[in-house]
Amino acid sequence: MYPELGQFALILALLLAVLLSVVPLVGSVSGRDNLQAFARPLSAGLFVFVAIAFAILTYAFLIDDFSVAYVANNSNSMLPWYYKFSAVWGGHEGSLLLWILMLAGWTLAVAVFSRRLPSVMIAQVLAVMGMITVGFLLFTILTSNPFDRMLPNVPADGNDLNPLLQDFGLIVHPPMLYMGYVGFSVAFAFAIAALINGKLDAAWARWSRPWTTVAWAFLSLGIALGSWWAYYELGWGGWWFWDPVENASLLPWLSGTALIHSLAVTEKRGVFKSWTVLLAIVTFSLSLLGTFLVRSGVLTSVHAFASDPERGTFLLALLAITIVSSLILYAVRAPVVHVRARYGSMSREIFLLLNNVLLVAATLLVLIGTLYPLVLDYLDMGRLSIGEPFFNLTFSPLAVATGLLMGAGVFSRWKKTDGGWLGRKLLWPLAVSLLATTAVMVIYGGFKPWAFVGCFAAVWVSVATLWDLWDKSASRKGRLHGLKRQSRSYYGMVLGHLGMAITMAGATVVSNYGIERDVRMSPGDTAMVGDYQVEFIEIGDRRGRNFTAQYGTFEVTLDGEAVSVLYPEKRQYLVQTSVMTEAGIDAGLFRDVFVAVGERIIDDAWAIRLQYKPLVRWLWLGSIFMAAGGFLAIADRRYRVRDKVTEKRAANAPAPRGDAAEALS
Amino acid sequence: MARLFALCLLLAMLPLTVSADEANVQGFDNLAEEQRYRDLISELRCPKCQNQNIADSNAPISKDMRDAVYLMMQDGASDDAIVSSLVDRFGEFVRYNPEVDRRTFLLWATPAIAVGIGLLVVGGIVIRSRRRGEQGASLTAEEQARVNQLLAGEDRNNRS
Amino acid sequence: MKRLFLFLPVILVIVLGVVLFAGIGKDPNHLDSALIGKPVPAFNLSDLADAERQLDGEVFRGEVSLLNVWGTWCPACRDEHDDLLWLAEDKGVRIIGLNYKDNREDALVWLERLGDPYAVTIYDPRGTLGFDLGVYGAPETYVIDAEGIVRHRHVGVVNEKVWKEDLEPLVTRYREGA
Repeated sequence: MYPELGQFALILALLLAVLLSVVPLVGSVSGRDNLQAFARPLSAGLFVFVAIAFAILTYAFLIDDFSVAYVANNSNSMLPWYYKFSAVWGGHEGSLLLWILMLAGWTLAVAVFSRRLPSVMIAQVLAVMGMITVGFLLFTILTSNPFDRMLPNVPADGNDLNPLLQDFGLIVHPPMLYMGYVGFSVAFAFAIAALINGKLDAAWARWSRPWTTVAWAFLSLGIALGSWWAYYELGWGGWWFWDPVENASLLPWLSGTALIHSLAVTEKRGVFKSWTVLLAIVTFSLSLLGTFLVRSGVLTSVHAFASDPERGTFLLALLAITIVSSLILYAVRAPVVHVRARYGSMSREIFLLLNNVLLVAATLLVLIGTLYPLVLDYLDMGRLSIGEPFFNLTFSPLAVATGLLMGAGVFSRWKKTDGGWLGRKLLWPLAVSLLATTAVMVIYGGFKPWAFVGCFAAVWVSVATLWDLWDKSASRKGRLHGLKRQSRSYYGMVLGHLGMAITMAGATVVSNYGIERDVRMSPGDTAMVGDYQVEFIEIGDRRGRNFTAQYGTFEVTLDGEAVSVLYPEKRQYLVQTSVMTEAGIDAGLFRDVFVAVGERIIDDAWAIRLQYKPLVRWLWLGSIFMAAGGFLAIADRRYRVRDKVTEKRAANAPAPRGDAAEALS
Repeated sequence: MARLFALCLLLAMLPLTVSADEANVQGFDNLAEEQRYRDLISELRCPKCQNQNIADSNAPISKDMRDAVYLMMQDGASDDAIVSSLVDRFGEFVRYNPEVDRRTFLLWATPAIAVGIGLLVVGGIVIRSRRRGEQGASLTAEEQARVNQLLAGEDRNNRS
Repeated sequence: MKRLFLFLPVILVIVLGVVLFAGIGKDPNHLDSALIGKPVPAFNLSDLADAERQLDGEVFRGEVSLLNVWGTWCPACRDEHDDLLWLAEDKGVRIIGLNYKDNREDALVWLERLGDPYAVTIYDPRGTLGFDLGVYGAPETYVIDAEGIVRHRHVGVVNEKVWKEDLEPLVTRYREGA
């Protein structure tokens, strides 16, 4: 009986979402405060009912209620409880419900943390978020109901969660990712609200920025978690495949990075407003596009959910309505008035604009590369595949160029930077970077052009960022005082840029200096991978809770000294009977040694995959830095300082004195 | 003994074709050849998998393709010849690195075009900004009078 | 003028939407054969029934035929077997079998037990002809015209619907065209 309550909760949520879309919006356009005031309570109510639905679905999983079709398809009584919990979002319907939960959560957060915003603005922002929620709730209720029942033929047990998903990665990766995707809807809502009410100014940018930065930070973490998970789970040692679904997550990240930089300019200088609004719309549109690509079956991907043309069409319609209407609104209402601002050719504004150019070019590249096969097929021009080699070749130069720009841009000043001064400033960082990069080449054994360029960009960014920190923290009262004086926003930037450098360094080194070998080994054999010697000791079996496994014992030594013993295994899960590889990894900050058991060749000879992966952990460490930078930046004083004048005025005079009061606020 | 039996039973359940004809994991003369092989099989796509290259895929057809690549390498074929021979049989779908031809020109040119347009726009902004500066940042007499008026009014308000 | 530029994103999105819409429902894994319009690759393999007798491309000449790739290890091949018998016997279609990566004894027993729809079966234990044809998973059925040129490939089981919609029109066309 209770699963039906879940369905009912969703319907109630839908009703509240419809009200949220309409009432405050009408109130904002007609100037009626009492209608606008409905926004916050409606948001709270929406969240409550979505949360109830989610809780009911979780409960169904935890008590093994196989009468609910979604539970039967994704769970099993032998599944450990924490995987039953994360199995809630292991399939299409449940992950959609997670999306909606996040959406409702962000809506509530905006309602709660925006006391200082004018009522009109908040009403419109929440109304837009309500509209998005309506779309997704309709999609869920009409085509992807997680509460569908299998009565009266209730199966005795479920089909089990896909073994690949029975992992810690599933518990963290989708929630983080969705927090990012959905978080960009807030930036989108702010943009639409600004277009509706016409108040597109620096204040709008200031309100928008923290929400966008947090969403970006979550998305960075989400993508990194996905990469890390693929690395240790799939058994091939790869960390990025340029798979369409992965690209779908990278697109809003690239566009989102451009957005947070563009917002910085708009907030500081009040320029590029039209462009920033467009970016906000585009970023969220890319989030939606990603959702469509994963669930429609239009592209082949290892990540795709089971597809269904009806769902695909509905989702495309949802996408089309949202994106087309917002872009039409943009075309009609975006400001075209030229601002009379002046910028020097090396001003910070121009550097940030160039940053946008590169990031947007990267976004276009990934977008076109992902969708090109589809377009060609539509035009009957054949079936192409576009994968790793293409993207690595075309994306890397853009990444390097962005790095080079980042390093120089850190020193740039708003409005005008003297070219000569900048050039001279960059000389020392340049020298240090060249030296450091050469050292890296020597350490890893050999000059490779791409490695040099990539490492140089990473080192260049780090050196420049730290140099700038050193410069700015110079103070008569001592270095420590100077450091404390810098704003959290500034430190956020420092961490963010360092994070980017760390990730770039990791990607460059592991791609160029990593070693991968497939060797045939029998117990007793040894093989070399890089400087490491790996000895195959024996093969045994063990039994897990819902699988049986054969595991190999491998001893890893370096120059005679024991490094570790690894136990990679091949598991066979009891319900779905698929075979899965679990790699044995000796993890380190500066390198991983990776051993995986492949096919059994004959008798006791196995194909063993050995990999040496220098700096691979830096890929994900960099993301942690970037996310930390984002979270630090929104803790900046200017978002926490109360508007003292407004407070005082509200406390004292009931009737403001006309112009004077206006002039003061 | 029972463990050995269990092991055999387990292996029998594994969906692998184990036969004497199974080719060995390729043995190469030197590391460069091995690397070349790895690069080739990373670039070729498994025709029936959900987006995997033949290096990472366990499908039987992937194995056949890997063996074919190895044999062709031993025969001294060039990288292009090896890829072409597989494309002739399975179609261009199996190339992850699309050829540069009329159809894919737009694809390969995307970064250059995007950056080019971007630089033009930025250049335009910089030039226009400079021109605006040259035209005089100073105010007209009328605008100056308005400014004075506003400033005077502000003073009065502050004093009150 | 600038206002017009602002409409560019909408237009691009609508175009993209049309392309995406067209993609819904299509099978992204569907692959046309790379050999369409080209002759069946040269081969020299034995007849399944008679190990002494060698077969080559001549076996396709003279009549439009279907080339069916199968193996005893393939469950879907078992599913389509009855339809193949129907095609061969009731519809008079010439079907040539390609026994792919299989064991001769097992294959012969299979055909004996279930019926033999094939005019002749090529025995390809190593899968060399299959590889040259671009076979990536059984069952696959090719339409070969009277000159031995590959005209179509169908991946998956052949049943009445597939025959009526895909294969029959082609077979008729190439029979008449000859």
